Amino acid sequence: MTAIETALLAGPDETVEVSPRGRRTLTRYLLGRIGQGVFVLWAAFTLTFALLYLLPSDPVSIMLNIGDSGSFADPEQAAALRAEYGFDRPVIVQYWQQLTGVLQLDLGESIRTGRAVTAEVLAALPPTLVLAGSALLLAVILGVGVAFLAAYTQRDGLRRALLMFPPLGVSLPTFWIGLMLLQIFSFELGWVPAVGNAGLSTLVLPMVTLAIPTAAAIAQVLARSLFSVSRQPYVQTAHAKGLPRTRVYGHHVLRNAALPVLTVLGTSVGGLLAGSVVTETVFSRPGLGRLTQTSVGAQDIPVVQGIVLFSAVVFVVVNLVVDLLYPVLDPRISVHDGSRRSV
Amino acid sequence: MTSTVPRERTGTVSPAPATPPSRAQRRVRPATVRRQVGLALAILVVLVAVGWALRPAWFTGYDPIIGVPLDKLQAPSWNHWFGTDHLGRDIFSRMVHGTATSLRTSLLAVAFGLVVGCLLGVVAGYAGGWASDAIMRVVDVLLAIPSLLLSLVIVTVLGYGTLDVAIAVGLGAVATFARLVRAEVVRVRRSAYVEASVGVGTRWPVVLIRHVVPNSSGPVLALAALEIGAAILAVSALSFLGYGSPLPAPEWGSLVAEGRNYLASAWWLTTLPGLVVVALVLAVNRIGRAVGREWGDR
Repeated sequence: MTAIETALLAGPDETVEVSPRGRRTLTRYLLGRIGQGVFVLWAAFTLTFALLYLLPSDPVSIMLNIGDSGSFADPEQAAALRAEYGFDRPVIVQYWQQLTGVLQLDLGESIRTGRAVTAEVLAALPPTLVLAGSALLLAVILGVGVAFLAAYTQRDGLRRALLMFPPLGVSLPTFWIGLMLLQIFSFELGWVPAVGNAGLSTLVLPMVTLAIPTAAAIAQVLARSLFSVSRQPYVQTAHAKGLPRTRVYGHHVLRNAALPVLTVLGTSVGGLLAGSVVTETVFSRPGLGRLTQTSVGAQDIPVVQGIVLFSAVVFVVVNLVVDLLYPVLDPRISVHDGSRRSV
Repeated sequence: MTSTVPRERTGTVSPAPATPPSRAQRRVRPATVRRQVGLALAILVVLVAVGWALRPAWFTGYDPIIGVPLDKLQAPSWNHWFGTDHLGRDIFSRMVHGTATSLRTSLLAVAFGLVVGCLLGVVAGYAGGWASDAIMRVVDVLLAIPSLLLSLVIVTVLGYGTLDVAIAVGLGAVATFARLVRAEVVRVRRSAYVEASVGVGTRWPVVLIRHVVPNSSGPVLALAALEIGAAILAVSALSFLGYGSPLPAPEWGSLVAEGRNYLASAWWLTTLPGLVVVALVLAVNRIGRAVGREWGDR
């Protein structure tokens, strides 16, 4: 929600020069953006390394506390473990080793299970991808539907009713949506099983839970954009020359108002990953969110770091794609080397 | 938002729309009245919540920690507005007594995000050049990590105390504040009156305090109000996941989490506390939008 609100409030911080530009500029822009993305990933790694390995909590004492609950190991054992994992070496050496490891997709081993972090994350990924992907699809359908209908309808009552949904949707705690759906559709009506991961029937409720906040965000941004575009002179011209309302809204208004939704989609991918933590906990589904929850609970630092890095990669890649889609969808926008796009 | 022309605040009157007002715009009255009523309701909800936080005993006579086992799992009634839980504790009382923790954490989180974000944004907007670049790249990194994940990382390291959770949630808001403040400072700096002020030799701290801060504070305030709503949601989500005050103490998210085991038999344990959270977040967001309309200039 926060990123969307910023998009609403802040608007573009740089203007884009509208002029025809050649392929060389595009290549330079692309390289610049990829470079920026790589920098963000490196910085995200450094940030998590600094947070997780340098702050007071000591991975070795965590490891020793996990084996037999509460039993304190002797200092010798701790020292041996420190040596094994390299925690006795200087920080800069540890940092370098981890960084080179990450570049080879080796994120170390889970403290909890002893398996490789990459294996843990990859194993947890498929159910979450299915959940987040279907939720995103549903969110787009719902969000665009509500916003378009609100802009299209000429009945004030219906418009007002539709426009009440987006602010409500962004004010609902995700966990509460999930619990309410469970209560109504699993326990009261008995339509779908409450927990588990067994096909479509167990996917519906988590999908709706995860989709609602994103749908509301999309609807908020699109509705605002639609209303502002519908006041443009060329829309009045279109009305004046007698085009049917469906064509004016479906063709002239929607196409020009749709771009901000792309920005929301880019930022909401991170929100979906975070939302899966709550959703998968509520519905007891396996997945990346559950892995996050158990790893944080067990202070399994390598896995937590792996998940954070993974979500940063997803965010960077998705937003790079979004940035590159802008000029494709709107020919008025041309890439302006180095700077961010705006509408 | 679509304009690429630098905006200038000219006074209290917003510039007239270029196009003639549409049907919806001309009929202002009923809409304005509805707006006022909605806003009044929102303020009332916030005031009640603040009252719960400051003087919980004025609103409920039941003990939030010690229940009456005989009265366990009672449905909502005149005696127990929100019903009772498996230990016979009054849920309404637990809700009211939990308000202080939940609200304090949320407000601290926004305060943290506001202060750090504004500092970063002002420096980036004012200094420009490499300092601005460096700060905005840091902001990019904060944006690239989903805020709940970032909060979980911080909580893993710092612990589950009020201040720890507040920092964890507030860090997610730093990026949005920094971006907005930087954009605002850049906008105000380019305006003619600031250039004139610099031209007559005013020193930059004075320019900053006298011109830049007052003229860029509106949108920042509006964002702060909206961030409070987001922070309440984030704090309650963390508390729901188990990262909040330790258990017997009531907190909004953990209250709902406790009711989870009784979804099938005692709907009030999850439904009613959740409704309170929804009402408060709706109200705060409503006020935030009003602030944005009044001073936000967008």
